[in-house]
Amino acid sequence: MVAELGHFALIVAMVVAAVQATVPLVGAARGADELIAVARPAALIQFLMAGVAFFALMYCFVQSDFSVLTVFQSSHSLKPLLYKVTGVWGNHEGSLLLWILILTGFGAAVAAFGTNLPPTLAARVLAVQAMIGVGFLAFILFTSNPFERVFPVPLEGRGLNPLLQDPGLAIHPPFLYLGYVGFSLAFSFAVAALIEGRVDPAWARWVRPWTLAAWCFLTTGITLGSWWAYYELGWGGFWFWDPVENASFMPWLAGTALLHSAIVVERRDTLKAWTILLAILTFSLSLLGTFIVRSGVLTSVHAFATDPARGLFILGFLVVVIGGSLALFAVRAPALKAGGLFAPISREGALVLNNLLLATACATVLLGTLYPLFLDALTGEKVSVGPPFFNATFGPLMVPLLVAMVVGPLLPWKRGDLRGALERLRFTFLVAASAGVTVYAMATDTSLAAIGGIILATWIILGGLRPLYERVFRGGVAGSAERLRALPRSAIGMAFAHCGIGVIVMGLTVLLTWQVERDQVMRVGDAMNVSGYTIVLRGVQSAAGPNYVAQRANFDVHRTRSEGLGPVLMTLHPEKRSYVDSPQVTTEAAIEPTVMGDLYVVVGDADGTGGYAVRGYFKPFVHWLWFGAALMVAGGVVSLTDRRHRVGAPSARKSRDPGALAGAHPSAAE
Amino acid sequence: MMAAARGALAALMFLVLATAALAQGLEATLPDPALEARARELHKVLRCLVCQNQSIHESNAELARDLRNVVRERIAAGDTDAQVMTYVVARYGDWVLLRPPLNAGTLVLWLGPPLILATALLGTGVYFVRSRRAIPDMKPLTSEEQARVAALLGEERQG
Repeated sequence: MVAELGHFALIVAMVVAAVQATVPLVGAARGADELIAVARPAALIQFLMAGVAFFALMYCFVQSDFSVLTVFQSSHSLKPLLYKVTGVWGNHEGSLLLWILILTGFGAAVAAFGTNLPPTLAARVLAVQAMIGVGFLAFILFTSNPFERVFPVPLEGRGLNPLLQDPGLAIHPPFLYLGYVGFSLAFSFAVAALIEGRVDPAWARWVRPWTLAAWCFLTTGITLGSWWAYYELGWGGFWFWDPVENASFMPWLAGTALLHSAIVVERRDTLKAWTILLAILTFSLSLLGTFIVRSGVLTSVHAFATDPARGLFILGFLVVVIGGSLALFAVRAPALKAGGLFAPISREGALVLNNLLLATACATVLLGTLYPLFLDALTGEKVSVGPPFFNATFGPLMVPLLVAMVVGPLLPWKRGDLRGALERLRFTFLVAASAGVTVYAMATDTSLAAIGGIILATWIILGGLRPLYERVFRGGVAGSAERLRALPRSAIGMAFAHCGIGVIVMGLTVLLTWQVERDQVMRVGDAMNVSGYTIVLRGVQSAAGPNYVAQRANFDVHRTRSEGLGPVLMTLHPEKRSYVDSPQVTTEAAIEPTVMGDLYVVVGDADGTGGYAVRGYFKPFVHWLWFGAALMVAGGVVSLTDRRHRVGAPSARKSRDPGALAGAHPSAAE
Repeated sequence: MMAAARGALAALMFLVLATAALAQGLEATLPDPALEARARELHKVLRCLVCQNQSIHESNAELARDLRNVVRERIAAGDTDAQVMTYVVARYGDWVLLRPPLNAGTLVLWLGPPLILATALLGTGVYFVRSRRAIPDMKPLTSEEQARVAALLGEERQG
């Protein structure tokens, strides 16, 4: 019954979405208020129906109702409750339903909170949002119905991929989707603006918080995925330039560029056409990401649920969405030109450089990700594009971006003084350089890249704080407390996010340069030395979990001494798990965080004569990666609480240049 | 002569160790840390054939372990890094290389990023040149207009 209720709710949602996609558009074009008024309730009903469907499926999972095909294929009655719940999106149908829930949720949020939007713009935004909804609802209803029944009813389910039975990965997809799908609003706003034929600072002020929220979610999602790979895949890698990772990274790069270019639209009423294009491309890349993950066209460590037939539907949808929006862009964009002029050396110029490098980097990742597919389709040749390619092409693009991100915020709008900005950064540079020299003098095994990384990271962290420092202390110490309190949240948010990047660069540099790795076959009583720690194998026991059996190793950890073993500092228990419902074996690394980094121990195969293959690592500064990412997200959240966003966009003021289509601002010619 | 003898000895030692290790289904780590480090660097750029998108260094699969041991075997036999790679590619094809080699098939791949960057720079350059040209569009005031401005400003000052 519940499954049929869910199925019915999906059908209602699709009908409502079809109405919402058309009626308000006609209303906005004709100025018919009663047609425009359809949009808001429709968006709310669509969200409600998606919610009913989602919780119906969750109910089936929690009840282990194996008469529902999806539940049978990806659940098991012995699974802990948490993984029964998260199992809802651990499969193709359910994750698609989650996608739709979030998509309609964002539409409902605009309907509920967007009351001060111009009515026609709101109607058009919701209509475009509903068009995407129709596409996805048709996809789920016609190719991937999560409520399909099986008969005869199986007694037991097939179980969830053991790799997915992990708290980190359980919450990773919702965040990733909140990010991916959040960009749908930027897309809907962009297409609505193209239909309206106008883009003004008020528009940008509306788009920015939604884009920023999506960006925060996506950053969190990517970080969770990376963290999961670090502790679950068993060798402490955190980024593999894998197609599925790239699929989430490309919208992140484009979305980051969009955040920055929207600032220019908001403050200076220029770069409009480019910003619209970026909004379209960012969501298109999110769709492409879904296509890559869901279709299985590219092999990947993360591709759990794949089906080529469904890929065809998404591909068709992709062509319609991207082709349609780009065609609209080609027709309407020329009318959006103009706005404030600026010199190449200026705040706007720096943001253009940011966009140039991020867009190029994004295109590079796209090329590397899809190239094997194209080459295979065209010539039948098989080629692998792995980390060495991306390191060689993506890396060099990031260096100028990272250097410039410190200088840009210190430049004034319109026309800046580069030498002046660099002079203000003299102290920052001196500290960064001396950090590099100190490390070179003190550390062993340094390389030029390592020293460069240290200097760059220090430069970004200190330089990221510089704009705040100048705002607070420019007028001397007197009154600095008030100025500190009066700092705009957006400025604080930017400092957080930029420093976060610096923290990540520092973590990457130290980790890649000074990581220690030991491989050893160990018997009970054997010792292994890893970076100042002596690890002694004390025994291996069997341990039973709710739905697995584990080989659990016990290690004592001592500080390494020249003779004898000191006191036991801690014990570590890495495991190797075999699941009752899956042939897959997972490794559970034992990770001991210390101030300087993680001690990471993995136990591997037994050799049958009492020896175990053991890998021990010391991963210096690895926690800086997670801390840096957390700082970036915190920066985004702080910026979201800025007064400007809370107050909301002033309803399209009758400004001096109506329509913002007028020629150059005279002010730029000063 | 000495080097050859040492190489032969290393190969022999490896063979003994490898046989023992393979019987146990374990890694046949090279006794010489320098050689093992070389092998490890090569492992990182070779793709695991059965897993998806992992290097053999990172993979737990049996086939990856076998390939790791093949690399060690070649290094112990005195091959240079390039010879080892040629040996592996001859057996498994270019697909096994995580860094795609530069050839006719991958020309677009390797030339793509610099071309994209050049295009982006060119586009940005054109944007700035155009926006600079937009300024002269605002023609300087004619003498007639200047007279009117002066008159208006004069009025304002008086009023």
